[in-house]
Amino acid sequence: MNTTALKHDPYNLIITGVGGQGNVLASRMVGDMLSRLGFDITIGETFGASQRGGSVMSHLRISRQGSYSPQIPLGRAHMIVSLEPSEALRMLRAYGNPEVQVITNMRPVRSSSVISGEQPYPAPETIVGWINDFSEKAWFLDTTETATRLGNPIFGNVMLVGALARTGQLPLDRDIFEAVVRSRMPEAKVRVNLEAFDAGGEMIGEKST
Amino acid sequence: MSIITDKTNKNQRVLMMGNEAIARGALEAGVKVVAAYPGTPSSEIPKVLGDVADEMGLYVEWSTNEKVSLEVAAAGSYAGLRALCTMKQVGVNVASDFLLHLAEYGSRAGLVLVTCEDPGSLSSTNEGDSRPYSKMMEFPLIEPGDIQEAKEMTQWAFDLSETIHNVVMLRSVTRMSHASGNVIVGDLPQTQARADFQYHGGFFDQMTGPVMTLPGTAPTQRLRQHAGLEKAIACFEKSPFNTYTGPDRSEITIITSSAATFYCREAIAILGLEERVGLLKLGTTWPLPPRLMEKYLAATDRVLIIEEGTPFLEDNLKALFVDLSETVGPTRFHGRADKTIPSVDELNPDIVMTALSTLLDLPTDDSMADYRQRISAALEGSVPDRAMTFCPGCPHRASFWLLHEALKLDNRRGFICGDIGCYTLGVADCGFRAVKTVAAMGSGVGMASGFGKLQRFGLEQPIIAVCGDSTFFHAAMPGLVNAIHNQADMIMVILDNAGTAMTGFQPHPGIPVGADGKPLPALDIPTICQAMGVRVEIVDPFQFAAARKTIGDLLDDAGGVRMLVLRQACALSPARKGKKEWTVSVDPDKCLGDACGCNRLCTRIFKCPGLIWDPEKRQTRIDEFVCVGCGVCAQVCPQNAITVEKAVKA
Repeated sequence: MNTTALKHDPYNLIITGVGGQGNVLASRMVGDMLSRLGFDITIGETFGASQRGGSVMSHLRISRQGSYSPQIPLGRAHMIVSLEPSEALRMLRAYGNPEVQVITNMRPVRSSSVISGEQPYPAPETIVGWINDFSEKAWFLDTTETATRLGNPIFGNVMLVGALARTGQLPLDRDIFEAVVRSRMPEAKVRVNLEAFDAGGEMIGEKST
Repeated sequence: MSIITDKTNKNQRVLMMGNEAIARGALEAGVKVVAAYPGTPSSEIPKVLGDVADEMGLYVEWSTNEKVSLEVAAAGSYAGLRALCTMKQVGVNVASDFLLHLAEYGSRAGLVLVTCEDPGSLSSTNEGDSRPYSKMMEFPLIEPGDIQEAKEMTQWAFDLSETIHNVVMLRSVTRMSHASGNVIVGDLPQTQARADFQYHGGFFDQMTGPVMTLPGTAPTQRLRQHAGLEKAIACFEKSPFNTYTGPDRSEITIITSSAATFYCREAIAILGLEERVGLLKLGTTWPLPPRLMEKYLAATDRVLIIEEGTPFLEDNLKALFVDLSETVGPTRFHGRADKTIPSVDELNPDIVMTALSTLLDLPTDDSMADYRQRISAALEGSVPDRAMTFCPGCPHRASFWLLHEALKLDNRRGFICGDIGCYTLGVADCGFRAVKTVAAMGSGVGMASGFGKLQRFGLEQPIIAVCGDSTFFHAAMPGLVNAIHNQADMIMVILDNAGTAMTGFQPHPGIPVGADGKPLPALDIPTICQAMGVRVEIVDPFQFAAARKTIGDLLDDAGGVRMLVLRQACALSPARKGKKEWTVSVDPDKCLGDACGCNRLCTRIFKCPGLIWDPEKRQTRIDEFVCVGCGVCAQVCPQNAITVEKAVKA
């Protein structure tokens, strides 16, 4: 049994993005990793209709003391991991607080109101400014290009898991990630997932603010 | 290997989704027959059981609709096999006709009906609450309060069903079915079961007689049913799934069940009210066990009922209180009736905290007020809305483009009667708001059948009904037969995307495969419709020229029902996912942007997520990460500025 202490108990993690970006798989992977380390995990998710281009979020409650609500109470997130920058803002507005930390991919997925020109998409520097203003610490990554180089933009989700691990905020490491990947995926996919995990981690090393 | 049968998991803590825990519970109970129609948030239960059907010796089927699925499961029970039937809340309405007869006759081997409901209508068009069926049709209702209980209570439900010889309803909600938590799993029995339907016994012998409800049988059968309910109450009085935490005498006792248990527990902890507020969590919610309720009502003067859906628990509790009032003393009830809890939408910990703070007059916590005010002010109107839309490459966007365009050109204010599936989004911008009615599954063609007979009263509008291939089999066929027989003037459009796409590609009777992945004969929709004697056209909605000609021709061919099958696989289907047919690009020399007379037809109206309007260059371009290469936008552009090239296969 792992005895690592959590920085908060329950530690409240949100993984968010747009339907189809792979946030459900990312939350299951993080949940599996921590569950194997002996933590009590509750994950709350909405999927189904929201896959169709809508916002999606997973709430992870990580504890040593039992299960918690699959919905994090407002203003009580400790970490927001976002596959899309405007979704990081949406989560920050609902679940943020002065101590929250944020990791976000900076590649936008434009909603239909942006495509049609009805609403502007905030400039990247504006998004960075807001996230810095309303978080204790933030990391801004461009996972999409690296993920595409690895073969598919979908690997951005695993890169963010690697990034989350590298922040040291939760007791996640490469070995436990590898164990989870091996239990969930065919052998042929293990290497590319490990590469994506490592690539995400390296981005934290480089771009910590 | 499936997470629900992994032998190495025995007695281990496994992170499972609520629906996986329900499936595991059914396996541990030795379930043999599983029948279901998919519906969010229930679909994963039969899916994961279908995946292990061979390994565990199960019969698992995706049935045509929920009523059939319950009949299939009941047949299993009557032949001596434990049987499970799962559905979403609206499915219970479909199954309810049979359910009444089932409950009146009762069951033999354990029979469990799981309904997964959707407070907040996160992926439904309604907030239907099936719990009142348990009272209306007189069978027990149980509701797990966490993921471990989802497994335990499913397993127990089979035993309970065999104790009382009737169906047991287990109700879950989105935040239970789609939540995940640690589950300690138990043994998987290796039971051999032989099916045999006994019917030689006496007419009223439930276990060996003929299975029927007839005129005059109801009083005898209902007395038998009521005796079963008395046994259920006796079990519920001592059930470990009803738990109380809190002081011996509380200022307020919350009475709750299901996922709301999480919210109540967390609200009490955050507000630090463990010494003041009691929490009575009920796993058995109908019939209520009176002695248990008496004990906890006597230990408080105020009760707060926290539940999602209708005030079912609240009303039943108040009715029971009338009988108990002399022993439990004066009690104030808070909940829906006095507006302590909102009457609609799903609950969360914040709503429970607000209710407790108001009732106990707690000081407000304003430590976050400054942060909330600043972030709200800064982000006001700046985070773009993200309305649901059709996926890039979705055939429905092309289909609604064509149908909308044809109705506009026709210029008689024609409209589309919609149905239930991804294509319900035809009501929104992404379907060009062409759809003007949406109700239950199959209601599109039923209502179109009615509209199509109103010409004698002056109705001049062309009428189109749309439904998907799975919905066609589920509920559209009776409406279509009605329309054809009564010669309704309408076009029936089948949006055939080769699977039950909305809920995750479960096969249906038109797909040549079963729930266990083995081949099954597929029923061909156009052949069925031709046999019913109507004109049937089949076109690919990605081929605009041919589709336009056919739709125009069908609109002109007035009188009676005409059928159009718009056939193109879903962009997320295994057949198309990850396979780009075309490499699409915008020729910057040809795209005139604002200067073009099209008024940005592609990005302002067509709005495929794969398109980007570049506000600096005032031109359209393709988002290479999002575009799936269907090539439809090239046919939308009047300037031929969007070009397609056969994609090089990766």
